[in-house]
Amino acid sequence: MQRIGVFVCWCGSNIAGTVDVKAVAEALKNEPGVVHSANYQYMCSQAGQELIKDAIKEHKLTGIVVCSCSPRMHEGTFRKTAEAAGLNPYMVEIANIREQCSWIHKDIAEGTEKAIVLGRTAIAKVNLNAPLMAGESPVTKRALVIGGGIAGIQTALDIADAGFEVDIVETKPTIGGKMAQLDKTFPTLDCAACILTPKMVDVAQHEKIKIYSYSEVVDVRGFVGNFEVTIKKRARFVKEDICTGCGLCTEKCPQKKVPNEFNLGMDNRRAIYIPFAQAVPKVATIDPNYCTMLKTGKCGVCAKVCTANAIDYTQKDEFIDQKYGAIVAATGFNPISMEKFDEFAYSQSKDVITSLEFERLMNAAGPTAGKLVRPSDGKHPQKIVFVQCVGSRCAACAEKGKEYCSKICCMYTAKHAMLTRDKYPDTDVTVFYIDVRTPGKNFDEFYRRAAEEYGVHYIKGMVGKISPEGDKLMVRASDLLANKQINMEADLVVLAAAIEPDKSARPLATMLTASMDTNDFFTEAHPKLRPVESPTAGVFLSGCCQGPKDIPETVSQAGAAAAKVIGLLAKDKLKGNPCVAHSDEMMCNGCSSCEKVCPYGAITYEDKEFRGPNRTTLIRRIAKVNEAICQGCGCCTVACPSGAMDLKGFASKQIMAEVDAICK
Amino acid sequence: MEKSKENLIQDVVRRSGVNPRKCMKCGKCSGTCPAYDEMEYHPHQFVYMIETGDIEPLLKSKSIYKCLTCFACVDRCPRGVEPAKLIESIRLSVIREQGNNHLTPQMIPELIDEEMPQQALVTAFRKYTK
Amino acid sequence: MQVNEFKPKIVAFCCNWCSYAGADLAGSNRLAYPAEVKVIRVPCSCRVNPMFILRAFQRGADGVIICGCHPGDCHYTSGNYYTRRRMALLFSMLDYLGIEKGRTRVEWVSAAEGAKFAQTMNDFVQTVTALGENKRLEDLRCKK
Repeated sequence: MQRIGVFVCWCGSNIAGTVDVKAVAEALKNEPGVVHSANYQYMCSQAGQELIKDAIKEHKLTGIVVCSCSPRMHEGTFRKTAEAAGLNPYMVEIANIREQCSWIHKDIAEGTEKAIVLGRTAIAKVNLNAPLMAGESPVTKRALVIGGGIAGIQTALDIADAGFEVDIVETKPTIGGKMAQLDKTFPTLDCAACILTPKMVDVAQHEKIKIYSYSEVVDVRGFVGNFEVTIKKRARFVKEDICTGCGLCTEKCPQKKVPNEFNLGMDNRRAIYIPFAQAVPKVATIDPNYCTMLKTGKCGVCAKVCTANAIDYTQKDEFIDQKYGAIVAATGFNPISMEKFDEFAYSQSKDVITSLEFERLMNAAGPTAGKLVRPSDGKHPQKIVFVQCVGSRCAACAEKGKEYCSKICCMYTAKHAMLTRDKYPDTDVTVFYIDVRTPGKNFDEFYRRAAEEYGVHYIKGMVGKISPEGDKLMVRASDLLANKQINMEADLVVLAAAIEPDKSARPLATMLTASMDTNDFFTEAHPKLRPVESPTAGVFLSGCCQGPKDIPETVSQAGAAAAKVIGLLAKDKLKGNPCVAHSDEMMCNGCSSCEKVCPYGAITYEDKEFRGPNRTTLIRRIAKVNEAICQGCGCCTVACPSGAMDLKGFASKQIMAEVDAICK
Repeated sequence: MEKSKENLIQDVVRRSGVNPRKCMKCGKCSGTCPAYDEMEYHPHQFVYMIETGDIEPLLKSKSIYKCLTCFACVDRCPRGVEPAKLIESIRLSVIREQGNNHLTPQMIPELIDEEMPQQALVTAFRKYTK
Repeated sequence: MQVNEFKPKIVAFCCNWCSYAGADLAGSNRLAYPAEVKVIRVPCSCRVNPMFILRAFQRGADGVIICGCHPGDCHYTSGNYYTRRRMALLFSMLDYLGIEKGRTRVEWVSAAEGAKFAQTMNDFVQTVTALGENKRLEDLRCKK
C-alpha cells in the first residue's frame, strides 16, 4: 500500500480564488492511500518545496500528489523536489487544478468539486505508480554524414573540428555535390568553385574525417548513440590509395563516347574518368557500363599507361561495418525530370535547357569553357528566355510537378539573367515569372539590380507553349499586366525546373526509420523549434533533404545539425525516458502486431527458452522493446491483442483507475 | 424566372466543377490559348472574374463562343483549375436562358463532310444546344 | 425538470503534446467550458485503448472525447492515424450497441488552439446533455 501525501497549492489567488483549497485538502485526506494532506500559498516556491520534502521524510511517503498548475509547467520541479527527498521522481503526479479548473470556472462550489475529482484521479493513479529508472546507454563517439555536398561537407567539418570522428558517405566518385556544378552564387556572385573547393580540401586533409566516395549506405541497425551501419564501397577498379590522380588514363582511354553526367550529358567523358579537376578524392574511376576491358576483356590501355599501377580490373564491391553515435542525412536534391512538360519542348529542341545545364554552359570549366552558345549549333544566342516555376507550385490534381515552391529558382534566374547581360550586353533577356520571391538578405536588391541596372525584361505571366520553328524557338506566353498574349522568337530557353529530394532519400529514410513527408523530404522533429532533428532520435537533417534551400541556408542548417550532433556525442551516456513500453514475456505470443505500428522500429523479437511442463523447455518468440529507441507513445499497447504490452508511467491499469475516479 | 447573380455564379461554378479559388494567377492558360486574339476576355480573366463575382460582362461577351474548347488550358494549368470547363459552363447558362437550341440532331448529317473532325462536331453540338 | 439538472460525466483523453497543451491554453486565456469535462493526460492519442472507453461507459460516463494532434502533426509521427482508424471502428461498434454517435468523438486540437478546445468541449457537453444519461453500457454493480 502506498503512503501518499497530497499538497494543494493556492497559487496565490489563481487557484484559491475559485477553489476552496482547504476543503479540497480536507476531502482528499480520506482517499485510499493518503496519509498526509496539506495546503500552501505557493507550492513551487522554495518554502513550498521544503514543505513537501519535510513531509516526505516525516510521513515516510511513497508517493505524492500535487494539486497545482499544469504538469507541463511544474512537473519537472516537483519531480526534482521528490528526488531531493529520496523519493523516486516518477512517484509524483500532478492534478491540474489551475489551467483546467480554477481558471475556467467561476463558481466556487463547482470549481471545488471538480478540483476534488481531479485530485482523486491523481491519487488513484499514484496508488498504482511504480518507481521508474531511466535507462542508460553508451554513445559511440563517431558520426556518419550521408551525402557529400555542401551540406554534408559543412556538417562534417563542424563535427570534426569539435574533435569527433566523422565519416562521409557519398555515392558519386567525388564529394562536392550540386554546388561543384554551379558557376557563380547569388547574391554576391562569387564563383562556387572558389568557395567550395577549399572546403573540399579541408575535408580531405582533416585527420578526423574519412571519405567513403563511390559508396552507399545499405543497412542501418541500432539506435541513438549506437548505430551499426553497413557501407557498400562500390568497386571503382582503381586502387584509391595508390592512384595519384594524374589523369593520364582519362586521356588515353579509347572509349570516348560516354555521356558526362557532371556536365549533364552535354559533352562526353572517357570510360575511366575523374569527374572534375578539383575532385576529392582525386582518384580515377572506371565506369563498368562502358569500359571495354570490363565488358569484353580486350583493352587494358589504362593499366598500361598507369605509372603507379593503380588499375585493378578484379576489384570487388566491399562491405564495411562501422559503429556511429549519430547519423546526419544530407542527401540533397535533383532538378525534376522535364518529361511531363511537353509544352516546353525540352525533348524536342536542344536549345531548351534546364537551369542546371545553363550553369554548366556558363561555367569556365564546363563543356563550352564558359562560352554561352546554343547547344544545337554552337551559335551565340541573341534572345534568351527564362521560364520560372516549371514544375513548382503545381496542384496535386494537375498530376505533374511539385506542390511546393522550390525557393531557389527566382534568385538563380535573376543571377543567370544578370550574368548573361553582363557578359553579353548584346543579348536580349526576358524572364517570365508568376511571382518573384526574394526573401533573404540582399536578395530583393539583387533581383531589382537585374531588372534596373542590367536591363532584364521581367514579364508577369507564364509561358504556355514553346515550339521549335526552324532553328528558332517560338515562345507563346501571356503578359498579365498588359493583358496581351506574347508570341516571341527566342534562340535559347532556360527552364527553372523544380527541385526534388534525391531518389536515395526514400530508401535511406526507411533504413533510418526517419519519417518523410509526401514529397519525400525528411520531416523535422518540430517545424519551428527542432528543425534540424528528425523525430527519430540520433538522426539529424542537413540541407535540401529537409526542404528546398539555398547555399547560405544550407550552410547554417548544416552547422546547426553539427551542433546537435556534437551535443549528443559529447555525452558519455544517454539517459532515456523511463516512460517506455514494456512487454510482459509471459503474455506475449510474438504476433508482431506491435512491431508493425511502432513508428521508431523499437520493437524486435527474440526466441526465448521457457520452462514447459514435465521438465521440457519451450522456445517462444517474444517481443522486446529497446528502451533507448522507444519514445513512449504507447501505440503498441493498443495494438497488442494479448495485453502483454504496457506503457510505464501510463499503464493501462493506471489510466483505468483514472477513468474510474472520474466516473465515480 | 430571373436568378440572382450569386445563384447564377454558384450554378456556373457547380456545373463546371471548377474551383476558381485554386487559381494562382500565373496566366499559363492565356499564354497557351490559340484563340487568345479573338477573345475579348481571356481564359485567366474568366477565372478571375468568376472568383470576384463579376459575371455580367462575361455573359454578354462574344468570347464565350470564341473558345475552341481545345482544352490546352486544362491540360497545362499547373493548379488544375480547368478554365475551359468554366467558359463552357458560362456559355451553357447563356444558351439555356435563350430558350432554343441552335443545333438539332437532325441538322447534323448535312454538316458532316470528309474534312470535319468528329470532335469538332461533338464540340459544336455541346456549344449550340442546351 | 429533471433533464435540466442533468450534468453529464465526460472523460476527455488528451495527448500530452498538442491537446493537453491546448486545454492549458484555454485555461490561460480563461475560456470557460463546463466543469463536467475531466481531462486524462496520455502521451499520445494512440495510447487510448478502446478498453478505456468501454470502461468509462461501464462506469457511468455519459460521453468520451479523444483529442490529439492534427493528422500529420503527431509528435510520434503516425499515432493519431491509428487513433483515427481505431476509433472509427470502435465508435461504429458502440453505436451498434446503443451508445449514440454523439457520445463519442475524436477531435484534433493543436497546442495553439485553446479556443477550439473550449468550443469543442462546450459543443460536446451540449450534445451529450441533449442525449441524456447513458444507461446502455452502465454496469449497475459498479454503483454503490
